[in-house]
Amino acid sequence: MGLKSTLHNLKEKYKGTKMAPAFNALHTFLYLPNETTHNGTHIKVADDLKRTMNTVIMAMVPCLIFGMFNAGYQHYAAFGTPVEFLSWDAFYIGLIKILPLVIVSYGVGLAIEFLFAVIKKHEVEEGYLVTGMLVPLIVPVDTPLWMLAVAVAFGVVIGKEVFGGTGMNILNPALTIRAFLFFAYPTWMSGDKVWVHGAVERAQKIADGAELDAISGETILGGLAQGKDLGYSVADMFYGFIPGSVGETSTLLILLGGLFLIFTKIGSWRIMLSSVLGALAMGLIFNGVVDAGWITESSKFYGLMSTMWWHHLLIGGFAFGTVFMATDPVTASQTNKGKWYYGFLIGFISILIRVFNPAYPEGVMLAILLMNVFAPTIDHYVVQGNVKRRMKRLKVKTA
Amino acid sequence: MEHLELFLKSIFIDNMVFATFLGMCSYLAVSKKVSTAVGLGAAVIFVLAITVPLNWLLDQYLLQPGALSWLGEEYATYDLSFLSFIMFIATIATMVQLVEIVVEKFSPSLYNSLGIFLPLIAVNCAILGGSLFMQSREIPTLGLATTYGIGSGIGWFLAILAIAAIREKIRYSNVPPALRGLGITFIITGLMAIGFMSFGGMLTGGDEEAAKETKSAQVDELNDTEKELANNTKVIE
Repeated sequence: MGLKSTLHNLKEKYKGTKMAPAFNALHTFLYLPNETTHNGTHIKVADDLKRTMNTVIMAMVPCLIFGMFNAGYQHYAAFGTPVEFLSWDAFYIGLIKILPLVIVSYGVGLAIEFLFAVIKKHEVEEGYLVTGMLVPLIVPVDTPLWMLAVAVAFGVVIGKEVFGGTGMNILNPALTIRAFLFFAYPTWMSGDKVWVHGAVERAQKIADGAELDAISGETILGGLAQGKDLGYSVADMFYGFIPGSVGETSTLLILLGGLFLIFTKIGSWRIMLSSVLGALAMGLIFNGVVDAGWITESSKFYGLMSTMWWHHLLIGGFAFGTVFMATDPVTASQTNKGKWYYGFLIGFISILIRVFNPAYPEGVMLAILLMNVFAPTIDHYVVQGNVKRRMKRLKVKTA
Repeated sequence: MEHLELFLKSIFIDNMVFATFLGMCSYLAVSKKVSTAVGLGAAVIFVLAITVPLNWLLDQYLLQPGALSWLGEEYATYDLSFLSFIMFIATIATMVQLVEIVVEKFSPSLYNSLGIFLPLIAVNCAILGGSLFMQSREIPTLGLATTYGIGSGIGWFLAILAIAAIREKIRYSNVPPALRGLGITFIITGLMAIGFMSFGGMLTGGDEEAAKETKSAQVDELNDTEKELANNTKVIE
């Protein structure tokens, strides 16, 4: 009770001053305040913003924990001393590498949120809770912490706060952060060294003249883009024992998270289903091109084009992006019909970029950002279409 | 295939707004409502589709170094390319006026829906930019020039359509007072450009490298044959 009553006293003490929102927010984050409002109309619902955000975080926690195990597992596998997947050794590496990412992401982001709330004199909104959890899950393990801090500051200020805060942004803040990192520090965000903890240091040591074995921890997509077969089995891809960003590897856990989101009606099943359909359609088209013999084995696109059409769902960040980022209710299409177009195009364009764009081996991030840009346009035309149809109906009735 | 490639490239990769930031003045000024934005965008497609091929003809038969050779041998050395700016502008301005007159005569409804935008386009830098890019990128045929004009127009159309819809949406956002209006529009444009970067490097990125490789391979072969020749001459000596 100590902390709660201290917070309560602080809140009372600073009531009406500039700092009040900061203490209010701390109090609501940690405890359930027992205050009630006294005037105005009331809607009594359980799924307020805080509950919504917490549900999404719960759906992501399995991915985070799996990511910690996997970081260590990949590290030891790459260094030639494999350990059991579910071992303390593997978890320890993940813990010391990934926990700081989470702390920096939340620390910097929430500090900025608090600052803006104090300046703009409104209550702190819970929107950053999900973004702060997404960010560490979509970056490589070895991302330097200062880079993450810079990117988070950019994403929260330019991507969200200039639009007025939670619920008003046009691009998904987590993806804005990832895109900022990707374009500002490309050497840390792609290539074959960044996905396994320690590989970058090892490469530097080798460059300095140390006699060590070089380590390659390519993602499957990076390997395929260069025409190599990395030899992971479908089961490995599905369960997630592959190199990649922290939380994106395990399709199984993402699938469970997605089902949880659909069950709680927080994620839109329309977007998830339609983007999977879009990806499968594009995969089938590319497979068809290969089968028809329009493309030869010497082509640089052959490796990715000939990938089995449904394998695209298992590799890279496609599953994670579809389930947790495309469904962001703020930046996605708002209309039900629009969601089908929006999701389908995300799936379609991600696979298109993945195969055709040698500069970006992973397309899902940019595909979602692009469709975020066009979501309001889709909505506009869906709404206009509805208006037109109803006007017609009205005319028929009155005539 | 060539046409399709150039078409997609001019829409998505070399997008007038997001890759070169051209035509910003009307893009910012007329993007408050989707319906007007569509009108302006359609006018830009229309005008680009006409002026780019026209200017291609001018460039090919009047302005390029040696373009005047059809007049006779003595004109083959003439280089009038310093005139291209003024010629292109003049073509665009007259074409816009002509188009306006024709459209007013034959399709008053289209004329009314385009309204003030048609004359405004004469001073839109995206239009002049289209012609100058056509010149500097040395587009080889009239057909490709037309494709390029239409493609750039559609790219610009998509950009203004998207920003107009976004601006309609953020009307409900609590933007800080200092940024309201143009400030936030510039920020949105920057963010949109990030989204459009997804296509950067597609189609061209790898091909150029591959072309270089084959070239260097050929050079190597040449070197080898030279060496062989040298050896042979030595042997003969």
